[in-house]
Amino acid sequence: MATNEKPPMPASTTGVGDRPKRKSILDRHKILETNATLLLVFSFLVVTIGGIVQIAPLFYLENTIEEVDGVRPYSPLELAGREIYVREGCYVCHSQMIRPMRDEVERYGHYSLAAESMYDRPFQWGSKRTGPDLARVGGRYSDDWHVDHLIDPQSVVPESIMPKYGFLLNTRIGPDYIGELMATHRILGVPYTDEMIEAAEEDFRVQVDPFGDFDGLLERYPNAQVRNFDGRAEITEMDALIAYLQMLGILVDFSTFEAVANR
Amino acid sequence: MSTAPNKQPGDPETTGHEWDGIEEFNNPLPRWWLWTFYLTIIWGIGYTIAYPAWPLIQEATPGLLGYSTRAEVAEEISRVEAANADIESRLASIELTEISADPELQQYAVNAGAAVFRSWCSQCHGSGAAGVQAAGYPNLLDDDWLWGGDIEAIHYTIAHGIRNTEDFDARFSEMPAFGDILSEEEIAQVVAYVQQISGQEADATLVSAGAEIYLDNCASCHGDNGEGIRDLGAPNLTDAIWLYGGDAEALTYQIVNARNGVMPPWTNRLSEAEIRAVATYVHGLGGGETLEE
Repeated sequence: MATNEKPPMPASTTGVGDRPKRKSILDRHKILETNATLLLVFSFLVVTIGGIVQIAPLFYLENTIEEVDGVRPYSPLELAGREIYVREGCYVCHSQMIRPMRDEVERYGHYSLAAESMYDRPFQWGSKRTGPDLARVGGRYSDDWHVDHLIDPQSVVPESIMPKYGFLLNTRIGPDYIGELMATHRILGVPYTDEMIEAAEEDFRVQVDPFGDFDGLLERYPNAQVRNFDGRAEITEMDALIAYLQMLGILVDFSTFEAVANR
Repeated sequence: MSTAPNKQPGDPETTGHEWDGIEEFNNPLPRWWLWTFYLTIIWGIGYTIAYPAWPLIQEATPGLLGYSTRAEVAEEISRVEAANADIESRLASIELTEISADPELQQYAVNAGAAVFRSWCSQCHGSGAAGVQAAGYPNLLDDDWLWGGDIEAIHYTIAHGIRNTEDFDARFSEMPAFGDILSEEEIAQVVAYVQQISGQEADATLVSAGAEIYLDNCASCHGDNGEGIRDLGAPNLTDAIWLYGGDAEALTYQIVNARNGVMPPWTNRLSEAEIRAVATYVHGLGGGETLEE
């Protein structure tokens, strides 16, 4: 059937019966529906408003920017270890986020605070726990245990299904680009000072040398742990990763922290 | 209105759209669906009134119910703590040696201690407490103890740990790496001597020289006869239980490189009652010794 005569538009596009023609806002959506560009512009507007309402308050609400004593940016060696943690995809099986529930607090320690990942770019909260949460793994095991466990997890935890990371022990790592990495993190908002970046290479090396002059390191990064983490003479990726793991979650001074309710 | 030629009497209205003679009915949404939709909107408004929701200048609206995840977890923890407060305070204040004399306390401590052990200790000492043989993680089931196996010694070790840098009261001793001190020949001789006193087959030609080297270098910690000294955490070398392995290769490696195991302190992570509970649990695993008066 072919006809050039178009039927008249109904009074209401919702089609609920014949109503007298009335310009209601509900009748105008045809303008959006028939103009692809306009639809795109308005969709963008709607998403923008929704985004602003949901995201913007997080930048100023007290409970999301709660500051706690003790949290500091990562030392160069810890930062390098963190890069290895990200590179090897540890976050795929390990979360770093202790939820405020009794069972988690009993097993892992105090629930995580937003401030504890304030210098993480990006954060490592994760969403999958095939292995245990690592938010407070620092100091929980000895360095030797970490070496044994990363080389062959089943040698110490027979029930584990974690893969082996022994190659970290044989991969040397240097501070060549650590200053650049810290400068990049500074662009993203981590308060690394010029002094920190200047001393990055020296700090990187001295953190694995308990006989070195690490006073500057401790001044710049309070509570940094100085040890030969893997027991090898050279600096390896194992050193960096264990330095990172051993400081996870132990910086916050909980003696000065008071959990404010309604947060 | 629609002029659809195929429209039957009783058919619903059409939307008025027409493409090449094809038109679409304007069937209304099912009532139940529509009302469910309206209900979710009403429920959503109620939810934002009852629970924390709308961001204001300083903080979000708290909600009429005053719900807070932090308050909830604090409440739950204090509820459980209150329920166990009596027995926990008894456990924390009683003489360590008296725990086993009180059946109720003993039962509580062993069960609570087993839970603490699985959560905090099993990664190194194994879920069955058998340790990792020859890798430096001691077996807690046998009656061979490095730092003492009575309840007070076990309690001290758990509380302060061994050779860690966090606790000034940690048990501490350090075997020197004899690779820098003795020659290869001397090390082979002392290895042979240690094999002999531990009842293994040893190269007899090396043993007598090894005995002399042992007395000069090792006896001050491991004892004149190799029986070990607990105050120093120096293992007994005359039995068949080894921390890092007892064959010639393992002995040589340990004498040359001297691994010294580290255990973290637990005072900062566990409560006194929890430490006492896990000490009671470990003490009762089989090797627990009676405290000598």
